[in-house]
Amino acid sequence: MAITVNRKELTFWEKLYLPAIVGGLKVTMRHAFNTLIRRKVVTMEYPEQKWTLPTGYRGAPYLVKDQDGDTKCVSCQLCEFVCPPKAIRITPPGGTGLKADRPNAEKMPAEFEINMLRCIFCGFCQEVCPEEAIFLQKDYSLTALSRGEMIYNKEKLLTLGGVSPGIQKWKHKLEEAEAQESFPVKI
Amino acid sequence: MPTAATTETKPAAPTIEKIKVKVDGREIEVPRLTADWSGKLTPTTMIQACELAKVDVPHYCWHPQLPVAGNCRMCLVEYGMPALGPDRKPVVNPDGTLKIAKMPRPAIACATPISPNMEIYTTTPGVKQMREGVLESLLINHPLDCPICDQAGECKLQEYSVDYGQSASRFVEAKVHKPKAVDLGPRIMFDAERCVLCTRCIRFTRDVAHDDALGIINRGSYNTISTYPGMPFDNNYTLNTVDICPVGALTSKDFRFKMRVWFLKETRSVCTSCATGCNIIIGSREEKIQRYTPRENDAVNGPWMCDAGRLNYRWIGREDRLKDVFVRGQKSTWTAALNELSDKLKKAPAGSVAIVASARQTNEELWLLSKLKTKLGAISDSIARTGAEDKLLVNADKNPNINGARLTGICFTEVGINLAKIANGIEQGRIKTLIVFGENLVKHSVSTKDLSEKETISEVVEQHGLTVELLGKLDTLIVSDILPNETTKLAHYVLPGCAHAEKRGTFTNTKGRVQKFMKAVEAPGDARAEWEFLHDLVHNVTGQNGFVTVEGLFNEMAKDVPAFNGLTWAALGDTGVTVQI
Repeated sequence: MAITVNRKELTFWEKLYLPAIVGGLKVTMRHAFNTLIRRKVVTMEYPEQKWTLPTGYRGAPYLVKDQDGDTKCVSCQLCEFVCPPKAIRITPPGGTGLKADRPNAEKMPAEFEINMLRCIFCGFCQEVCPEEAIFLQKDYSLTALSRGEMIYNKEKLLTLGGVSPGIQKWKHKLEEAEAQESFPVKI
Repeated sequence: MPTAATTETKPAAPTIEKIKVKVDGREIEVPRLTADWSGKLTPTTMIQACELAKVDVPHYCWHPQLPVAGNCRMCLVEYGMPALGPDRKPVVNPDGTLKIAKMPRPAIACATPISPNMEIYTTTPGVKQMREGVLESLLINHPLDCPICDQAGECKLQEYSVDYGQSASRFVEAKVHKPKAVDLGPRIMFDAERCVLCTRCIRFTRDVAHDDALGIINRGSYNTISTYPGMPFDNNYTLNTVDICPVGALTSKDFRFKMRVWFLKETRSVCTSCATGCNIIIGSREEKIQRYTPRENDAVNGPWMCDAGRLNYRWIGREDRLKDVFVRGQKSTWTAALNELSDKLKKAPAGSVAIVASARQTNEELWLLSKLKTKLGAISDSIARTGAEDKLLVNADKNPNINGARLTGICFTEVGINLAKIANGIEQGRIKTLIVFGENLVKHSVSTKDLSEKETISEVVEQHGLTVELLGKLDTLIVSDILPNETTKLAHYVLPGCAHAEKRGTFTNTKGRVQKFMKAVEAPGDARAEWEFLHDLVHNVTGQNGFVTVEGLFNEMAKDVPAFNGLTWAALGDTGVTVQI
């Protein structure tokens, strides 16, 4: 059923439009005065100048490394699962494939691709990641000459992501295991 | 008068007395005895009564098809029994009902038999606390490997943690660390830290597979599953232990780190590696088959399947699959090739055509071929394929559908007796056209080493006299196959077909059970399901209208083939129907 919204009747001065035009001109003149006479700049020279982004800004998701320079991602594929626009595609290593570059982690992705054209910067991947391996960083202006270039691969994501120190869960486990007296019988 | 299709007749079960028990306040009647894993009648346990009452009792070590161990303690429940007075007579409440005395201690539901008027309580605060306690204890030394564990997504520890787990661990000491990624056998990887020591794998391999290969070594916290030193765990049923492992301790090397299970599309299908026809689930993602797992069907395979059949899927995704229709070496289209073939077959004089159809084709396809055979007055046969068998599941007959070929009239009880006649006919020039489906005729007898992955372990194909020279004498050689081979190279018409995972249909197994399977993945390129183009061909040649759906085709076949009378596609259900063979 259609709902009729009653519009407020315009007053005489509003019907005349002139006060609104004058109001607009006042803003234009104020800015003209500020820039031309007072030399006060209100625009930014983008892209040479860039915004200072607030903390928690959600830009492009990149993979990060730990303080030892090793890949944090273990290819659990939860981000691929949770990604609403299906921008993430992970190729798991397989049993005989790539070994993780960290001791004790057993697993890391053979390939990790994010299609930045699909990505909606929602941050679900960062939220779901059990390894703190993917973070939405502050890049917002992603450009390329082809669609193919907008699919970032693992190498590119790791380079752009940088280092994010944190608890090294797998390393800690290994140290704990080594500290224990050796397992009684080797199997 | 042909016998109508029947479901499998079982010997009349002895009448078992029913007793009344209450599960969570609801009264149900339960048989006093239930068949255990070996089929022997044993007293019904509380967990079985709860199952009949549709009440879920969490458990790790109990499995309906394995002996009871009772070591995980997850199925602890509280229960009550009729109270007895000093005169050893049941005490009666004022309202006439029996007075029930709640037992002071809980019992494990998997190993405690029921008794008349027993009451089982599974939702009391005490039961909840016990489950929480057991789970917390099991998680004390658990490594929480979920991000790198293949079991994640189908793990009982994860599932029960959602129900009874705590968000944080109270355990502040260092966890006991055990060996990880232990190579237990050629197909099994073992992670001792994840193991909850339920001993399901030990009981399976000892009592079901009859290979007492696994055991528990060390004491206390250092308990771990192991083989005898130097002895690999390598029987043909090892991968079943991966299925029954409730946690990620035993994982398949084949499926290791390949795909997370929640991405897999599950399709009900049937294994084609031998005539047993084990029911399987095909796990696939994005048109790629990732794994086979057994699907429970107590009339065929129970919950198990052999390793050879389970790993026999890679050939389906092979790069060199036949993907295009070829007419005399030239790439062609289905319409053109089928029209040309229809014209040729229509003009063929009676007796000038022979058909060799594989017993790997479905019942529907073989039936369509038998219609062609009748119309053309053709001589037909199939090729026997035999190999090793065992007492559990593996059948000596390596064709999944030899009974289908027999019932549809493609071959006789003794498979391959017509092949010599066909060879003779070609030799004498009587047979001008040969239709071959899914068989490489040129390969007479093969050793295991030469086998493509499509062939299963140690199978021998019967010798016959259809040589390259003989096939060269033919006017028309029509070959439909899945993978390229010597015969497809010789063929004048190559019609690319589909693997069972890429089409729907039915197989008749060695015991005459007709089982249907579903389509899991798309066929590559131009390949089409055989029944689809055979249907077109039969329609063109015989003028009989067929059915464009596999359901209609099956129902039509059931009317025509005496053994299948009375069957319908829908009535086959998920587990199939046994027919008289």
